[in-house]
Amino acid sequence: MTNFTPFVRSEMIDPREPPSGQQGLVRWARENLFSSPANSVLTVLGGLAILWLLMGIVPWLMHSVWNAASLSECNAIIAQTWGPDATGACWAMVRERWHQYTYGFYPMDQYWRPNLAFVLMLVALAPVLFLSLPRKMMLFSLSFPFIAYWLLWGGTIWAPIVVALGFGVMALVFRFASPKLGVPVGAGVGLLAAAAWWLLVQTPLSTALHSAIPLGLREVDSDQFGGFLLSIVIGITAISASLPLGILLALGRQSDMLLVKSLSVGFIEFIRGVPLITLLFTASLLLQYFLPPETNFDIILRVIILVTLFAAAYIAEVIRGGLAALPRGQYEAADALGLDYWQAQRLIIMPQALKISIPGIVSSFIGLFKDTTLVAFVGLMDPLKGITAVVRADINWKGIYWEPYIFAGAIFFLICFGMSRYSMWLERKLKTDHR
Amino acid sequence: MKKSVFLGTLSAAALLAGVAGAGTLEDVKARGVLNCGSNVGLTGFGAPDANGEYQGFDVALCKAVAAAVLGDASKVKFVPLTGETRFTALASSEVDLLVRNSTWTFSRDVDLKFDVVATNYYDGQGFMVKKDLGVSSAKELDGATVCIQTGTTTELNLADFFKANNMTYTPVNVADDSEGQRQYLAGACDTYTTDASGLAASRATMPDADNHIILPEIISKEPLGPMVRHGDNVWGDVVRWTFFALIAAEEYGVNKANIEEVATTTTNPEIKRLLGTEGDLGAMLGLDKDWAKRAIAVSGNYGEIFEANIGSATPIKLARGLNALWTQGGLQYAPPFR
Repeated sequence: MTNFTPFVRSEMIDPREPPSGQQGLVRWARENLFSSPANSVLTVLGGLAILWLLMGIVPWLMHSVWNAASLSECNAIIAQTWGPDATGACWAMVRERWHQYTYGFYPMDQYWRPNLAFVLMLVALAPVLFLSLPRKMMLFSLSFPFIAYWLLWGGTIWAPIVVALGFGVMALVFRFASPKLGVPVGAGVGLLAAAAWWLLVQTPLSTALHSAIPLGLREVDSDQFGGFLLSIVIGITAISASLPLGILLALGRQSDMLLVKSLSVGFIEFIRGVPLITLLFTASLLLQYFLPPETNFDIILRVIILVTLFAAAYIAEVIRGGLAALPRGQYEAADALGLDYWQAQRLIIMPQALKISIPGIVSSFIGLFKDTTLVAFVGLMDPLKGITAVVRADINWKGIYWEPYIFAGAIFFLICFGMSRYSMWLERKLKTDHR
Repeated sequence: MKKSVFLGTLSAAALLAGVAGAGTLEDVKARGVLNCGSNVGLTGFGAPDANGEYQGFDVALCKAVAAAVLGDASKVKFVPLTGETRFTALASSEVDLLVRNSTWTFSRDVDLKFDVVATNYYDGQGFMVKKDLGVSSAKELDGATVCIQTGTTTELNLADFFKANNMTYTPVNVADDSEGQRQYLAGACDTYTTDASGLAASRATMPDADNHIILPEIISKEPLGPMVRHGDNVWGDVVRWTFFALIAAEEYGVNKANIEEVATTTTNPEIKRLLGTEGDLGAMLGLDKDWAKRAIAVSGNYGEIFEANIGSATPIKLARGLNALWTQGGLQYAPPFR
């Protein structure tokens, strides 16, 4: 018997490294960049294009000048440091004029007011954006528009307080009227009562209160607003006002009542059918012809109203998409529970429909915020075109081209990117299905 | 919907009533502020500075009118207007006066129903070329690429000029002056055309200004002036004669520095009437005796305003040219104050 020991492996060999062509960066590049001749050619061309762009942009950014009093001084510094043919960015303009990009022509000694309003805005937005915060903070959020108006435009403190009381009147009337008359009629009566308050009581009461206890800030005219202050005032107001309005319009469009339905459809289709620029020109020019010559109907207010209506029409259609995505069973379940229309909307339909619509709503908001730069065409000082034109008219900065656009663009990007990330976070948080 | 129609009708009625009622002069006096339609981005002519204060050649005229009418040059509200909104703003009474480098043309005067009360700056369209293009006259620009702002009268003038001289050109459309300057410097066009004052301002800021020349031909007439609404002649007279007071002050050597002294010592009856120490011209305008004196005291006479904002002491370095006084071969001429 020959001793035959069959080969039995008693322990496993350690796995070997894959061949060098099948691992790491090389494999990734082979699979993704050079998987076929056509892809290889495209990769090389794309790489060259990126290289070419970087070769132009990187030196330009590397040669940035931050301290200079004029464009020609900037150019002189660049030529002195980097040679006569070098080009470079002149951020000294931003350094010298950043206050105009931020506040427009707001009086310099009053900058604390927009600053404070901005901080308070973040506080007011917090409970709306983050549901884990105590609900009582919503009270502050509701009063914030009045505080912000008073801080930004100044004047007597009693005017916004009395206007806010008008909303109190509306709520009170609604509370007592709606159990007897139903929600829509109750809301209508409340609105009428508030309108009566604003038209008849508002001015005498605030004047009387002001003469009794004069308390106020220096008044700042609307034409002193500009830059990102203006963009944020228009953007935030229109965003927060257009969402509720859009929900109402979306519901109105689905309503069985002929009048409500046709008014909603007519409004949405009309507003979506005209460009925003047309509405802005309407706000600034056409209204001037209709109003008596000495009426002081604030231009920023006019623009905010029309931008809000414009955004609301788009939001309404986005939310209608969300409503259409809900299965019929959800409506029937709400009916089966014995909820009335408004309860069903509030507790069952809207939470789901809004959740579905988040991406659409947020992209409408981002579009709206960027569209605030269009107010330049009606003579308001938006950061992109209005303030930039002012800066370029200064003989010191005449001829500066890319820097203002890049600066304003960067800030717009930060804000819009923030909105986008927030919406993605919210979507993940509200995700309840198991798809 | 119905409510808004009703409100619209009401306001339209109120508008008509308003137009038929008080004149602009009374409105301005009652309001205590002059609303002046202004440019926000024209170097040397009208733009807010780093502190938000409006400065410029056109702005100075607004301030002079405010000083004459309200007694205080700071009581002006400058309403920023764009090329699109300027005429509607004037027609709808949003502004009392439009001083925004607007060219006096037949259709604006007759069809849009404005009055250009005077010409405060005689401008004209010119061409700027690089020196190494080797061109010394606009008539040699056959076949050139031309940077041109779209939607302006300069575009039409350019077409007329090339057609009249039987030449061809390729337009490179730009949206505004900064883009035009950018494209021209980047070599996208052989020549950049706009108003000569604008070309001078652009050239002044170029890093290699000596390599660029402005060709001698001026191919259009651009009389720029303050505009008011048709039919309100009292107000038109106030603006017109405030401007003429600035011209006359230069002619008689009255300036910001010596105005108090001249007012007391002069023996020239015309200067006396102008400064209100003799006669009562102010009352005829609906103003007080010192109206013209105040207007001149704000930023000086026409020549001083010119020199301070766009003249040879500034980087823009515009020559007086057509805007010199008639006594020095220019076109600025004030009728007699009597």
